[in-house]
Amino acid sequence: MTRAPQDIPAGVAVLDCRQDFPALQQTVNGHPLVYLDSAASSQAPQSVIDAVANYQRSDHANVHRGVYELSHRATERYEGARDKIREFINANSCSEIVLTSGTTESANLVAQSYCRPRLGSGDKILITHLEHHSNIVPWQLACEQTGAELLVAPIDPRGQLDLDAIYQLLTDDVRLLAIGHVSNALGTINPIEDIIVRARSMNIPVFVDGAQGVPHMPIDVQQLGCDFYAFSGHKMYGPTGTGVLYGRETLLDSMPPYKGGGDMILEVSFKGTTYNELPYKFEAGTPNVSGAIGLAAAVDYLQSVGMTDIARHEAQLLGYMLNRLREIDGIRLIGTADQQVGVQSFMLDEIHPHDLGTILDHQGVAIRTGHHCAMPLMDYFSVPGTARASLAIYNNTHDVDQLIAALIRAKQIFK
Amino acid sequence: MTATDVDNSEDLRDLYRELILDHARSPRHFGKLKDATHTAAGINPLCGDKLKLYLRLDAAKKIDAASFEGSGCAISVASASLLTDTIIGLDSPQALDYFNAVTGRLTQAKQNHDISASIDIGKIRALDGVREFPARVKCATLAWHALNAAIHQHSDPASTE
Repeated sequence: MTRAPQDIPAGVAVLDCRQDFPALQQTVNGHPLVYLDSAASSQAPQSVIDAVANYQRSDHANVHRGVYELSHRATERYEGARDKIREFINANSCSEIVLTSGTTESANLVAQSYCRPRLGSGDKILITHLEHHSNIVPWQLACEQTGAELLVAPIDPRGQLDLDAIYQLLTDDVRLLAIGHVSNALGTINPIEDIIVRARSMNIPVFVDGAQGVPHMPIDVQQLGCDFYAFSGHKMYGPTGTGVLYGRETLLDSMPPYKGGGDMILEVSFKGTTYNELPYKFEAGTPNVSGAIGLAAAVDYLQSVGMTDIARHEAQLLGYMLNRLREIDGIRLIGTADQQVGVQSFMLDEIHPHDLGTILDHQGVAIRTGHHCAMPLMDYFSVPGTARASLAIYNNTHDVDQLIAALIRAKQIFK
Repeated sequence: MTATDVDNSEDLRDLYRELILDHARSPRHFGKLKDATHTAAGINPLCGDKLKLYLRLDAAKKIDAASFEGSGCAISVASASLLTDTIIGLDSPQALDYFNAVTGRLTQAKQNHDISASIDIGKIRALDGVREFPARVKCATLAWHALNAAIHQHSDPASTE
């Protein structure tokens, strides 16, 4: 678990892995690139780029089909990737690791395959006010399709969940709790361990959107005890179009397929189809083989750096960034949770976030500006959007200093 | 090297000209127009800019009043403010000429923005800086798309998408 920033003295960052990332070696608008938007999508290390390229160069074929050498190699590498991911999040078996195109698809799979056949009017799905659109809309769709009701648990002004309110809303008619591990917009780390224990004691299954959790802290799905855990490759230094749905085997087994096509079948006739076993039942069509291999290389990279050191590095750097941001007159931090990953949303004076984004980009500093695909959360804070700086393993205090200098420049332009 | 060491700020100054900042800080004709005859909403889903444009057309289709409300970045607010300043007193076909001229001017290459002789682009030139910032062109054209929609009374919100 990432420690609270105030517990950690600001200082030199723990890690130094910037040189592993080719994209960070460029200049943008005449300045060395300062990339502070890893919560949207992280850059890939050379090892990930090489793994994808090497596969394309010499091992590519369709998987689970051919009897020839290349198909065999591609299948081995694809299934090897699955096993590496299984081990990374400590799932019990590869049957529980469905490879998807990302967190969004993982959530839609659960909404359509778990919720849709089971729910009806009178049933409820509980989410929280912190969620981003991909952990809202799939459940809204399932509710529209089934007549179930979507409940939203409230947050406090610091951007933290109100646990008492969640527990009050967790009643017997809640059929699924869908909750983010970490807020993408505010960086808040939710106390999902406690919430899962509570939900499970009432036999309410829990879907965790871990897109912003997996890149930043060690994840053990068995220890967490959640029923589903979803994440994306491109936020953990892997390729876009890759993602994972971990699901408890008994639940996945009870769910019908979500998409139809090749690879998810055992036998097809025009009278009917027998579905393949887990996890292939949920992977219709030729999968993203090169993406999965890239994702496995990203897991290798994260493990070589060490998840505990990553969490420490980012917590330390967050502490430094918060101290420096607070030095600026007119800064308003949005989201000040006790437990936070290296993500900070803020406003500066009356400057619209979009204008800030342009001015910072002009100085080589890439941040995210806007609603962060979390419009209800922006409404809560009565802002049209925020500026958000997010930290990753390759960032350092110099990046933060450049951010601060660029913000001061924005103040000068808008003074 | 710090971020302020390299002086490449000319484009930035060109984008955030004094006139733009002035209109962004104190937008003209800001607020709801109670007796509007034509309205349209403009939404930029990318950055969340939202505005509503109000027009009052007289019997001869002349725009005798215009206003806007909403929230957005400096560029979109300044552009809406400049728009209202420009179109009050125009016939609606003339206003549409301005829509075509401004959106053409901001979305095409510099050398290729011939405009109708009947149009005095005037202080709208202050928006020219966005041409160097492709990501911001939509902010500058949002109000103008709303103008087009309002005159044609489209029922859906205008969008720059």
